[in-house]
Amino acid sequence: MNIDDLIHRTGEWLQEKGPQHHIVISSRIRFARNLREQPFPGWAKKAQRIEVLDQIKARVDQLEPMANGLSEKLQDLSALERQVLVERHLISREHAAKGQGSAVVMSGDQSLSIMINEEDHLRMQAIRPGLQLDEAFKALDEIDTTLESELDFAFSPNLGYLTACPTNVGTGMRASAMLHLPALVLTEQMNPVIQAVNKIGLAVRGLYGEGTEAMGNLFQISNQTTLGESEKTIIDRLTKVVKQVIEHEGNARQNMIDRQRNTVFDQVGRAYGVLSNAYSINSKEALNLLSLVRLGIDLGFFDASHRLTIDKLLIDTQPAHLQRESKKKLAADARDTMRATSIRTRIELLGTPDYSKLPPPDQASDSPVDPENQSS
Amino acid sequence: MQCDVCKKKPATIFLTQIIGGKVQKVNLCEPCSKEKGVADPTGFALTDLLLGVGSSDEVASPVGGNKCPACGFSQAELKKTGRLGCSECYETFAEALESLLRGMHKGLEHHGKIPARAFQAHQREVQLRDLRKGLEDAVAEENYEAAADLRDQLKQLELGLEQER
Repeated sequence: MNIDDLIHRTGEWLQEKGPQHHIVISSRIRFARNLREQPFPGWAKKAQRIEVLDQIKARVDQLEPMANGLSEKLQDLSALERQVLVERHLISREHAAKGQGSAVVMSGDQSLSIMINEEDHLRMQAIRPGLQLDEAFKALDEIDTTLESELDFAFSPNLGYLTACPTNVGTGMRASAMLHLPALVLTEQMNPVIQAVNKIGLAVRGLYGEGTEAMGNLFQISNQTTLGESEKTIIDRLTKVVKQVIEHEGNARQNMIDRQRNTVFDQVGRAYGVLSNAYSINSKEALNLLSLVRLGIDLGFFDASHRLTIDKLLIDTQPAHLQRESKKKLAADARDTMRATSIRTRIELLGTPDYSKLPPPDQASDSPVDPENQSS
Repeated sequence: MQCDVCKKKPATIFLTQIIGGKVQKVNLCEPCSKEKGVADPTGFALTDLLLGVGSSDEVASPVGGNKCPACGFSQAELKKTGRLGCSECYETFAEALESLLRGMHKGLEHHGKIPARAFQAHQREVQLRDLRKGLEDAVAEENYEAAADLRDQLKQLELGLEQER
């Protein structure tokens, strides 16, 4: 598969419906691994990096899930193509900035991706839709076990897997879940939630990880520590916390339905109004409004089948995706116009919001609102 | 009695900590005890309170200017970048890293996955670690019978390791 084929296909994992998909967009597990007796990429000479790359890439290319995948050295990808991969969370921003001596290998369905010579020799990730941290771990663990039989990973009995940055030493694992939390943001409860989550040693970050702004009411919750606990302990704690946050979000939605009905109608209606009529819209505004329409879908104002339409738009309206689509570099205002057009034509499919689907306040229950679960 | 920290209010909380046979005492007033997190005795180290948090980390390493023999990375670079040069650096800068890791993680011992090829070596390492710890505890408890038993086991294991080499 070449990069064009890959870009043309939305991540297949996105099309499946994962557990808790109304709030959890995706679950991701990342392992950091290094070869013994080779300097870490940041300290290695170019020749050493290339040697490591060749050694690792040969093995990684042979992994079964990579059979119909993409395997490219970074210098063979354009800046725009790399940016598309960043926007899809398939490579990191840091990796996109690398040149000769680095590569990326991913499966055709984009659920598995491996960066070679990022900060560590190997950074591999598995991604699943909804809340499926255990499943993502299992998949990645298998890949890791296959690779370790052929590659001699730097490992210390006391400190575990040795990584370029001491913050990753031990399991070398980062587990994270991407959550859509519009009601917690609208009711201004997000800061206490972030503080509570931080207190138990987990991090809350924006859409693109470390140091990024929370746009589109999307938040990533992940573990901070990697040494002193097993992978299972870390994942179990994270899963527990994510479930609690889901419950908070569900309660916040229910509360808004009970007490701020008009605010809910107004927010979703305005978002829908702007998105279906705008002729120029920047990426941040688009994300924030699409988030509210997604909330509208969760509350039953639009048909649930359109959630995928919105989730695709969240990715397709990112700057690099738009420029890739138009096959040329676009200035910001040209992108804004193109983004608005792309959204308008697709938002049309949703039809106008139907507020009658919302359960009346007196039927309020404690369960998080998910119309699909309610009808079943 | 006055609070040892603010030296103003009367002390109402009296702490005694015994580490390695040394007795340390500190008297605190309520606001100061809260500020120092004394309400949570597990997260509290007397030396940190007396000498300032992290002061024990400040003990200068004699290998401060040293470079990693495997890759040439220096401790100054570690300080600057927060990264290491190669996996050997973890040995080279073990002393400096220990306090760093202690602040970052939930312990200093790996409890997760072990690659198959490291598994045997790791098992022996864990066994040694447990035996040494058990021996220490037995001695501390003055349980000399158990200590002798553990010492014999430890000797046997170490002998076995040497023979393999």
